Parts: sequence; C-alpha cells; structure tokens
Amino acid sequence: MNEHVLSMHDLTAEDVTRILDIAGSFREVGTRVIKKVPALRGRTVVNFFLEDSTRTRISFELAAKRLSADVINFSAGGSSVAKGESLKDTALTLQAMGADAIVIRHSSSGSPLQLTRWVDAHVLNAGDGTHEHPTQALLDLYTIREKLGRLDGLRVAIVGDVLHSRVARSLSFGLVQMGADVTLVGPPTLIPPDAQAWGVQVSYDLDAVLPKLDVCYVLRVQRERQRLEYFPSIREYARLFGVTRERVGLLPEGALIMHPGPMNRGVEIDSDVADLPRSVIEEQVTNGIAIRMALLYLLLGAGEKVPA
Amino acid sequence: MSARLVFAEVRVVDPAAGTDEVRDVVIADGVVAGPEAAEGAERIDARGLVLAPGLVDLHAHLREPGEEHKETVETGTRAAAAGGYTAIAAMANTHPVTDHAAIVHEVRDLARACGLCEVFPVGAITKGLEGESLAEMGEMVEAGVRMFSDDGHCVPSARLLRNALLYAKAFPAEIVLAEHAEDPTLVQGGQMHEGPHASTLGLAGRPAEAEEIVVARDLALAAATGGRLHLCHISAARSVGLIRRAKAEGVRVSAEVTPHHLTFTDADLVTYDTNRKMHPPLRSEEDREALRDGLADGTIDAVATDHAPHAVEEKEAEFDRAPPGTIGLETALAVVLTEVVATGGVPLPRALDAMSTAPARILGASDHGGPIEVGRPANLVVFDPEEDWTVEPPFASKARNSAFLGRRLTGRVRYTVLEGSLTVAEGKPTR
Repeated sequence: MNEHVLSMHDLTAEDVTRILDIAGSFREVGTRVIKKVPALRGRTVVNFFLEDSTRTRISFELAAKRLSADVINFSAGGSSVAKGESLKDTALTLQAMGADAIVIRHSSSGSPLQLTRWVDAHVLNAGDGTHEHPTQALLDLYTIREKLGRLDGLRVAIVGDVLHSRVARSLSFGLVQMGADVTLVGPPTLIPPDAQAWGVQVSYDLDAVLPKLDVCYVLRVQRERQRLEYFPSIREYARLFGVTRERVGLLPEGALIMHPGPMNRGVEIDSDVADLPRSVIEEQVTNGIAIRMALLYLLLGAGEKVPA
Repeated sequence: MSARLVFAEVRVVDPAAGTDEVRDVVIADGVVAGPEAAEGAERIDARGLVLAPGLVDLHAHLREPGEEHKETVETGTRAAAAGGYTAIAAMANTHPVTDHAAIVHEVRDLARACGLCEVFPVGAITKGLEGESLAEMGEMVEAGVRMFSDDGHCVPSARLLRNALLYAKAFPAEIVLAEHAEDPTLVQGGQMHEGPHASTLGLAGRPAEAEEIVVARDLALAAATGGRLHLCHISAARSVGLIRRAKAEGVRVSAEVTPHHLTFTDADLVTYDTNRKMHPPLRSEEDREALRDGLADGTIDAVATDHAPHAVEEKEAEFDRAPPGTIGLETALAVVLTEVVATGGVPLPRALDAMSTAPARILGASDHGGPIEVGRPANLVVFDPEEDWTVEPPFASKARNSAFLGRRLTGRVRYTVLEGSLTVAEGKPTR
C-alpha cells in the first residue's frame, strides 16, 4: 500500500481486496452501541475541504473519530484561503500543526498529488476536480462485492456525465482493475475523448445496455451542463438517459442500482427508482465510513493488528 | 568599447552564406573584420566550438512594463544573451499594452541601456489586445515596429484580421502580422491537449482543431488579401499540413515552433507539472513528429522560445490556476541540438537557420542572422556542441519556470557577441 491515497491507478488488485477486507472488519464497529476503537489515538487527521461537501466530509470525520483520532475540519469559507493564502502555504501551516493525515477535497484536478510534494503527512484524496474520488470508488466496490459476492466478470454501466465525473473515473479504473466489464453510457458530448483507453466500452444507447447489466451506476447530472450546450434540455436528457421506472424493467433481476449522491430525483433517476429495494444508495453511504476507516488505519496505524 | 577578438580555428556555420567551414573569425570595431585586424587582438582558442550568427527569437515575453516581478527587460535580455541570442522580439502583452509608440520606445531604450541583446518590440494588432478595434499601427511602424501580434489570443474576428492584413500593406516596410492560433470558443477553460491523457487526468481539453481552424482561417485571409502572416508556436500536425500546402500555393506565410513542442508530449503532464502547462498545449507524439518534419523541410521557418517567465508562487499553484508558459531563452539552443539535431532529424545548418537567419529575415532584423562577412555587424554566438549539462537554477532570467528542469542537454553557449562586444564569455553573462 502506498503512503497516500490519490488515484485508483495507484492501487493493485491485491491492495483493493485488502482494503475491502479490512473495511469489512470496521463495518461491524459501526453497528455497535459504542462505535469506537482506539486504533489511532493521538493521531491527528485534518479534513482540508476547499470545496463544499456534506457527505464525504462527515463520512471522513466519523471514520477518523471512530478510530479515536483527533479531527480538525478546515474549510475554505472565512479561512486563510478565502484571504488569498496559497494551497501550498495553507498545507505547510497544517503540517506545522502536526497533521498526520490530510484529507483533501479540492475543485482543481491534481491538487492532492501536488500536496504530497509539499507536506510529509499522508494525503487522502476526497475528490479533486474532475479527476478522481478514490474513496467513493472503494466504497462502491465494497458495496457491489457485498451484494453480488464478487467483482470479477461483473457487467457494470456508468451512466451520465462521465466527462465531468471524478466518481466515474475512479470507479472505472477500479472496476477494470478488479476484472469487471465496464460500459460508459451517456450523450457523446459527456463521454471523455478516447475513454476507451481506460479499458472500457462506450455506448450511447442506454436501453440496449440495460438488459446485460449486473450494476447500473447512475451519475449526477448538473443543470449547469445544459447551459454549456452539452445537451438541449433536462427534459430531453431524462428522456434519453434518465433511469426511469420503465427502464428499470429492462434490467435483469438482481441487478443493482447505485448513485454516489446527491441525487437529482426526476433528472438522472426517477424518485421511485431511487427508493426500490435494488437501489443500494443508502448502503453506499454507510459503507463509506468503513472504507475510510480502513484507509486511515492502513496509512496511520501500520503494523498493528486490525482491532477486534 | 568593443574589443578586438579572434575566434581561432572555429567551425563557422553560416546559414545565410550557406557555408560550414573551420576558420578564424576576427571582430573589430563592432563588425566582422578581415585577417589584417587580427594583430594585437585577443585570441580565443575555439577549436571544437561552433560559431554562428547570433540567435534571433521571434517570441519572448519580457514582462516590462507592468509585471516586473516576473521578469524585466534587464533580466530577460540577460537570459537571452546567456542563451546565445543577439535579437529578440518582445511580445505586446505588457501593462500598459504595447499598442502605442511610447511603450515601443520605452522597451527598446531599456534594452539599449542594458546592452545585452537587441530588442524588437512587437506591437499589438488591436487596442489593449482586446480584439475589438485596430491599434494605431502607423505610429508604431514609424517607431520601428515590423511585427504585430495579439499573442495570447488570436484576433477573434475574421473581419478584423482581414482589415489588419489589408491595412498593413499601406506601409513601405514589410509588416508581419503574427497570430496565436487557438479558437477561443474551443479552448475556453482548457488546461491541456484534448486526448486520452486529459481524459484520465480530469483536465479540460484544448483540442488540436482549435489551432487548425484558426490556421485555416488565417491562411485564407492571407491568401485573399496578399497580407503577410506569421503563425506563432504551431503545435498540431494538421496545422503543419495546412501551412505546407499554403506555402506551395504562394501564400505569404511563415511559421514558428517552440523547443518545448519539439520535445514534450501530453504524456509529460501526468505529474501535473505546471511548468509544462502551455498555450497551445503540448500535444501527441504524432503532432511532435510532424513538427520535427515541418522544421526539417522548412514548412516551419523558425524556432521561437515563447519565453514566458512567471513568479514561483504563480506556478506553484493548482494546475488549473497556474498561468501557462515556460521560460526558454537559456535552454532553446541546447534543446534543439539535443532533441532534433543529435537525433538526426534536422541538420545543424538548418537548425541554426531556424534559430537565426530565418527569424532575422521575418523580423526585419537586418543586422542579425548573418551572413558572417567582413563589414557586417558582429552579432554572433559561439557554442560547445559537446558539453553536457543539467537544466537547473540559478537562471539569468528572474523566473525559474522551466519545463526542462532536471533534464540533461548537450550543447552550451560559450560566447555571445553583440555588436562586437562580449555579452557572454566563458559561458557567463559579462554584465
């Protein structure tokens, strides 16, 4: 395992399996009355969130607290960053305060990698621009493996605005690494150029893809993209690429529906689809805490046995 | 002021004269002199070294006036001298913009006072570089400007560029309009070449067709008007093809390529190195090969640095917030020698033509670019073609944002001679 968690490309299949296995142990901690183990007592984790986030920040905060680490939340609004301090100087300040791990969320692709050049702390990428969101991908892999028993050979479609999605990148790289068969589906304007180089297939026809799937992973579509001429209207997007009640009928029995949140109900996913039993969206959230505990533990608690 | 010097037994590569021979070169009273002036002159043993006309750069950003924290005329011309240049064109994106004669005089006078390199200020095509109305080209032409450019952007409207090409024909001297060819609507928000690497890195693309579209438009306008067009820092294979065809058809066009586009590809951005963020961006392997071929066959006339100094804190930022560009004056010759001459792609005389004689002709810098003949101004470079070195600070430039940091290069400037005076001796700037 590396010193940092920046990109799914840095993780081997063995690394991923190990992280998912350890997350399985930590998953149980969250079901206890006292949801806490002493693994990272005395260690400091900084949540360095320069872009708005609710679920990822809370998930990381809970993960660190359940491991008994001290947690500091740093967000952009009203901070030194808002006063014009550079990313580098802010990072050096966090380092000087003794951060053992920095969890960074930033609107600029590549900023977590840049951070590793300036600080000694372990860096965890909590989402960088339109690049990657590896902890989301790991929690998704965990959820799929838990529900379907394996990853190898599964057929997964990632549907929607792949071009601007860090979740889609990390998940594609992770699924391909684990031997799954990935198809990106969306309007051609929102599929990254040369995406086939990731080892995935591309389709513009959701209805043709759905009957062959084990997992239909639905991405959030921002209304902003319509203004930038990627597609004509939200109405037309929903008609061609929305996961509607009717389309769910095309999915094989037992196929999962997933979404990284936050959802636009009625746009990329129908409200009653999101609430179907085969939708595992809430479980994704719960599993996120266990995945982040596993990663913090592996980076900061090295050498120790996984606490029982 | 200027000393009498002899570079003894030096290999003289003179693209303007079409010669390549070992001989003595005598300098006296600021000009190349005959053998009779050698007596009593300082004799420099130059065996194994190459002497050529001083290098000429069509594309440098000196940042003064306005952004002296990045570079000044003094530090920029010192970097130029260190790199073997005796003449450079200074781009118009100063603050205030070089869109009137006063800034032209200011920049040129500052350079003369430093005495390190002759500077040819480039005038803006449009007022304030805003792309809306023509700058008063006439007063700048009277002040000596021969090249105009809105570098950083293309002239956005075809109608405006058409008028500029036509209007420039009014002047007796040949006026060159230099274009930064990128369609603004296609590169908006773009951070690197659109392709598999941009997709994986999550960086918005600047597609190759953004350049091709403007190249095609500008060539059509040059053909229709008979105006004189120069295309800056060409980066895409299909642009090279368009230029090659236009030249065959007799369109009055010239083109330049940078050392970094001849060296790197978009694959070199996987570490988010902001020093390799450029406009236009580093492109694919196929594009790089087409640029090398275009330079070899003369489709691309000149190598130009696009020397773009930035402060450390500006480049030490998130990739999408860092300004584009690399410094290049101090590394250009060595990069060309290492990347395109030593690899067998371009013969040395053609490479030196592209770095000196051809750009001097485009810029109207008649005292530069050779030929190295008795009575001609002594603007010369002498370099060791074998010396290996690693690119690292300190630089003569105020900036350190080199895309080549840490890279091993072969070939290094030993002497630069400006109007008979040494601006660089033993590899070090003399002032």
